[in-house]
Amino acid sequence: MSVKTSKGSGMDWWKQIFSAFKAATVRQVAYVPDAGHAALIDACVRDNDMRAIALTSEEEGVAVLAGAWLGGARGVLLMQSSGVGNCVNMFSLASTCRFPLALFVTMRGQWHEFNPWQHAMGQTANAQLNTAGMQTLTATSPDDVGPMATATLDQAFTGGTMSALLLHQRLMPVKTFDR
Amino acid sequence: MPETGRSNDFPLRRREVVKRLLHKEDDLLVIAGLGSTAWDITSAGDRDLNFPLWGAMGGAISVGLGLALAQPERRVLVITGDGETLMGLGSLATVAMQAPPNLSICTFDNERYGETGMQATHTSGQTDLAGVAAACGIAVAASVRTEAELEAALPVILEAPGPVYHVIKVRAEKLDFVLPPKDGVHLKNRFRRALLGDDVMAPAHRGLP
Repeated sequence: MSVKTSKGSGMDWWKQIFSAFKAATVRQVAYVPDAGHAALIDACVRDNDMRAIALTSEEEGVAVLAGAWLGGARGVLLMQSSGVGNCVNMFSLASTCRFPLALFVTMRGQWHEFNPWQHAMGQTANAQLNTAGMQTLTATSPDDVGPMATATLDQAFTGGTMSALLLHQRLMPVKTFDR
Repeated sequence: MPETGRSNDFPLRRREVVKRLLHKEDDLLVIAGLGSTAWDITSAGDRDLNFPLWGAMGGAISVGLGLALAQPERRVLVITGDGETLMGLGSLATVAMQAPPNLSICTFDNERYGETGMQATHTSGQTDLAGVAAACGIAVAASVRTEAELEAALPVILEAPGPVYHVIKVRAEKLDFVLPPKDGVHLKNRFRRALLGDDVMAPAHRGLP
């Protein structure tokens, strides 16, 4: 697979998310990997104050973070847009018990997407999150990412809400599979 | 065709097993899966450090994992059913990867979906949940079928370095409902207050231990 990165696309926006996690004293980072989250996941794995938790399916993360909160720890959940669909019933744990929830979703199916199978969740993830009771913000430029990451964490942990930051596909390198 | 009838005769009874595991004054942190195991833990005495789920099927083991990682000095016990365990099988692999030494998981396995009409689960056929847990990499994974096996397993469940996983084969039986509170916000807040202290409810609290 080759990756085309357009000039000036500011591919280090993930550092702003990482800084926001540090500032918010995030202790658990549950994730299903995505290429768009790769550098952030690596940084969280290396960080001594964070426990990086690889999941087999995204819904596990919603439950893990509920347990973390019961134990007094803050956590976040990283996934790509297809993972939103895997979580829908488990979101009821957060909404019914009013657990704070902070999601960071890298989007597919929005921008130069070559894989038609990604469009279904890419085009509906935002609406599905809203239907599940979640507040959403979408970052479309690198300058959005830092402030929106901080706002998402604040809305979750201080505001006590379910909040998601959607990272638009135009922030990501374009996957081409050499085509 | 699964042997749907064999669990009618299993010797261990779930409400007696749970009373051996839980005592009202213990400081165990207890998560229960929805349905029968939530009623079971309540039958041993409702307590603030019980968090019984009323939904979120497949999530009990994962809630226990997040709690165990957040509270490494406290023993966490997850008690859930075979149907609930089957819905979240992947969480056993995730537990094995994280390997929290303070996490113990028990599946009360009656080989039935008890709340929906006692339909057979996959464990009535060929699925061996202790084998699944062992294959996922949970070093201590065992099935308990008799009183003698239960007696031997109790100290492992309650004290051995984890993660430990036990399937406890229990009789298929319809029992009285012993319902815990079902307001999720109440269940969450009482648990956090008992574990983290009264000031956890203060507006400025940052959610830290």
